[in-house]
Amino acid sequence: MKKYKWLIPSIYILFLMLPIYWLLNMSFKTTTEIINTYSLWPQKFTFENYITIFTDSTWYTGYLNSIYYVVMNTVISVAAALPAAYAFSRYRFLGDKHLFFWLLTNRMAPPAVFALPFFQFYSSINLFDTHVAVALSHCLFNIPLAVWILEGFISAVPKELDETAYVDGYSFWRFFFRIFIPTITAGIGITMFFCFMFSWVELLLAKTLTAVAAKPIAATMTRTVSTSGYELGLLAAAGSLTIVPGAIVIYFVRNYIAKGFALGRV
Amino acid sequence: MNKTINQRAWLFVIPVFILVAFNAVVPLMTVVNYAFQETFANNVFTWEGTRWFKQILRSDRFHAALGRQFMFTGVILLIQIPLGIAIALSMPKKGMGVPICLVLMSMPLLIPWNVVGAMWNIFALPEIGFLGHSLNDLGFDYNFTQQIGDAWFTTILMDVWHWTSLVVLLSYAGLQSIQPAYYQAAEIDGASKWAIFRYIELPKMKKVLTIAILLRFMDSFMIYTEPFVLTGGGPGNATAFLSIDLVKMALGQFDLGPAAAMSLIYFFIVLLVCWVFYNLMMRNEEQK
Repeated sequence: MKKYKWLIPSIYILFLMLPIYWLLNMSFKTTTEIINTYSLWPQKFTFENYITIFTDSTWYTGYLNSIYYVVMNTVISVAAALPAAYAFSRYRFLGDKHLFFWLLTNRMAPPAVFALPFFQFYSSINLFDTHVAVALSHCLFNIPLAVWILEGFISAVPKELDETAYVDGYSFWRFFFRIFIPTITAGIGITMFFCFMFSWVELLLAKTLTAVAAKPIAATMTRTVSTSGYELGLLAAAGSLTIVPGAIVIYFVRNYIAKGFALGRV
Repeated sequence: MNKTINQRAWLFVIPVFILVAFNAVVPLMTVVNYAFQETFANNVFTWEGTRWFKQILRSDRFHAALGRQFMFTGVILLIQIPLGIAIALSMPKKGMGVPICLVLMSMPLLIPWNVVGAMWNIFALPEIGFLGHSLNDLGFDYNFTQQIGDAWFTTILMDVWHWTSLVVLLSYAGLQSIQPAYYQAAEIDGASKWAIFRYIELPKMKKVLTIAILLRFMDSFMIYTEPFVLTGGGPGNATAFLSIDLVKMALGQFDLGPAAAMSLIYFFIVLLVCWVFYNLMMRNEEQK
């Protein structure tokens, strides 16, 4: 019994990898081959789909747009959430528990509910089709997430650290930047990863708030359906490339990923 | 941790409050505004009171969408939670296998949601997809774009593929926090495998499992992109979950009043369930 225990995770991982393999497999085929022949690996191996994506500016600007607003959102979310998480962890103040729950309710709000009002709201303040609009709208769910994760990390730091620093004559802000932030660098890194991730995978709001100038890659992909039939090869290549950023960063946070998903509460 | 009372802490919270309120309050008020009025061209609004709410709460379309939504959420929770626990229990506890498992299992979580939909679409298509082709070779008459049962099967399988890892990761983190001494004590007592699971492992996982259920409920209840790309809500309306139906109503037919009323009812249901979970979670935390 114990000997075959590894089988369960192995079968599960195989199941996870199959659709990804199929996507990769298709990305190295021409669209004609995909439609006309069924094969487990490319018969005529081609890089053409990838070359199209890297040379056609409508394709690669999609990636740049996505990365641009995702990074912007990550910076805003973590910068705003850091002092707030500190306050929630260390102090008791009027309405703190209600505020904490209210923040979580925004993580729960179905984006579909907000799609249309967001479109109207951001149009009326002249931010429609800008990277800032997407970055700000993603704050709706990323700031609550960042506050929750950081609060978990900060609460793990003993309060004695703060008190000792004050006794040593540090002012609050000097303590905060010189001692406190370096202590929780790991927590900040994990939080940034999660903000990055959730902004990267979200599409409904990003698509609603952009038209041309700030269109994310994920929305550009729908283009393959409308023009000249179904360009499945291109679609598969573009899809495969969206997996790359996540696959790289995940290695660095592998041991903390559960803590992030648990909203800092493991 | 004992906290100091400090009202000036509000100053720290203000940036977060402003940024979230900017995104949450104005759009939410817009929705509330639509929910009670009828709109015509040229921005003419007339007061409609609770008419839209009554209409939505009585409409068969809403009942059907809500029914499908609860069915979907129920099924994926019933599959993902036990499956996630089972996989976490059989994962290696140390050594080279741990990082490999963690990295590979996290992969689906980082793929943009519409890519997940598109990936499963080409994976399951009967002519060109591995899943569709293999199932048809095995003698099943499988076509998820035409048959309701197949569409459900594919949507659920996709969600299991996409999110079971979340439950695995959380359960695994819970298991890792168990001291070896507990297992040694159980061995001395001659406890059975089931007893170890029931009285040591499960209680230790209680907290992370609450969070896993909360997250899975929330996210599956607002699922939109993946089924939209995979099946487009079809065949017919068979996989049109609440979000898909809502967007259809608001952007497709431009029935803003009923759509807004539906949004509020929808949001209220999510809020209610999450409030219950939040209190459970906080009670767990205080016991710590």
